[in-house]
Amino acid sequence: MSAGVAAYERVAVFGGVYSNHRALAAVIADARNRGAEALICLGDLGAFGPNPDKVFPLLRDAGAVVIRGNYDDSIARGLDDCQCGYTDPRDNHYAHLSYQYTYARTAPDNRRWLGTLPPEVRFRLGALDALGMHGSPRQMNEFLWESATPTHFLRKLAREHHADVLLGTHTGIHWLRRLGPTSWYVNVGAIGRPANDGRREVWYAFLTAADTRLVVEHVPVAYDHGALADEMREERLPQEFIDTILTGWWTTCLEVLPAKERARGRF
Amino acid sequence: MKTTLAPVSAARADAGVTTSATSPKVPLTALDQLWFQISGTVCNLRCRHCFISCAPDNHAFWFLDPGVVRAALEQSEGLGVKEYYFTGGEPFMHRDLIAILADALALGPATVLTNGTLLTPRGVEGLAALAAGSRYSLELRVSLDGVNPEMNDAIRGPGAFARTLEGLRRLAAAGLLPIVTAVQTWPDAEHDRMLVEFGQRLAEIGCARPRLKVLPPLRIGAEAGRSGGYAATERVTHEMLHGFDLDRLLCTRARLVTSRGVYACPILLDYASARLGDTLAAAAARPAPLSEQACFTCYRSGAICSNVPSGGLERA
Repeated sequence: MSAGVAAYERVAVFGGVYSNHRALAAVIADARNRGAEALICLGDLGAFGPNPDKVFPLLRDAGAVVIRGNYDDSIARGLDDCQCGYTDPRDNHYAHLSYQYTYARTAPDNRRWLGTLPPEVRFRLGALDALGMHGSPRQMNEFLWESATPTHFLRKLAREHHADVLLGTHTGIHWLRRLGPTSWYVNVGAIGRPANDGRREVWYAFLTAADTRLVVEHVPVAYDHGALADEMREERLPQEFIDTILTGWWTTCLEVLPAKERARGRF
Repeated sequence: MKTTLAPVSAARADAGVTTSATSPKVPLTALDQLWFQISGTVCNLRCRHCFISCAPDNHAFWFLDPGVVRAALEQSEGLGVKEYYFTGGEPFMHRDLIAILADALALGPATVLTNGTLLTPRGVEGLAALAAGSRYSLELRVSLDGVNPEMNDAIRGPGAFARTLEGLRRLAAAGLLPIVTAVQTWPDAEHDRMLVEFGQRLAEIGCARPRLKVLPPLRIGAEAGRSGGYAATERVTHEMLHGFDLDRLLCTRARLVTSRGVYACPILLDYASARLGDTLAAAAARPAPLSEQACFTCYRSGAICSNVPSGGLERA
């Protein structure tokens, strides 16, 4: 499976940018300081945050490899919603506000670019085959939560999709599971909003490989969240979204959280 | 840097559909959900909208033997099951439920669908300990069909409202976050008001962060007698599956273990067509016929019985 794909030993992998250009800039700087050979973005460039066009030049200038998330898929195709599958009216209300704003404020060129992004990325990590995707390798908008994803299920995904290391985002909360002596699932978290843990930092993953050994670090990154909140106010985004940035607690899109993840949050 | 393109969604929309002169049949895409009819059709309540007419004296399906459950759980690892669901009847009538849940939670997330009337203080203590001690989530889905006794008990029987609310109060006090499920028995125009009232009622008993799931009625079993059944035209046809995302249907993602074999779907126990085999392996290998009118509700609303709606991305 590894023929013709790029090979690295030190990579930064992030996702769920959610228009948070300030966090994105901080993550890029942090990854460079750590000596990342590649920056890999697992999608969802828009949502929640202000001025969605600002993240595109940052990603392009950094030479990041970017794949398509469900939000990007919706924006590129002009769909009615973000395809997160909410049924709760309150979640749908806020998801709709966020989606309408992001769609209207994403330039047509950038929307088209989102449509050109591949749905997955394969690369070599040391002697390991890595597969990066947004949700799961079989479904871009599948949630893989730590408390709702059995190890045997992840092993099946890794086997069926011929990967030693599965990398995903989509849920917004980072976690790690070892699937075997040389096999891992890594949820890299989200850099667009905090991890529903009462901290203001956002999270990405830094992976260091040597042969079949892999070290996975979930890295918290501080950024000027106050300035982002100011910008969100100027854009008249909902106070609920601003509160999440300022407090570290999720206030919306809670329906899809399993009991354990929900219990750890405040709302 | 080179990226490799590959399809993300598992299957083309109508791939694998078996065509015949009769009803469409759909294969299992993946056994994501393993359901257990843990207490058969035996229930301490006799709800007027029950799609499989469960009642204290409905012994059509009996309590599952713990050995049967254990064997299915063992097989489920190799089949890559993602979630376990326990339904009935009333699951808390099964005397081994807590031990069975412990076995399931050792492998993956487990959900119990309950009416909440049999949640004793000691039982809730056991559930809280189980939930806290497991890597995986234990979800408790508690049925409540109204915001007051008049509304709820007209469907679920005298006294049910107070008992269910007491069960919910105990769960909330133990730090658990039950999912309250309500069958929509009110007109659409009243929906927003009802959601607010549910939220208020639950907050009053300490469910400060209510998780509410509203389900459409399934017009079979006792419910057919209450509200009328399906119209003759409300049936899934071959034509309706063209371009349809089959992953929205529960039977492409799930099988149900009962005391009388393995079924395609938990709402079709009364239909021989839904019995797909004696064993999980046999039932997983057989496609599910969409021959019953209740399949129409799943077609229209998606697999509403799952905690989170299934289905892939909208297709271009």
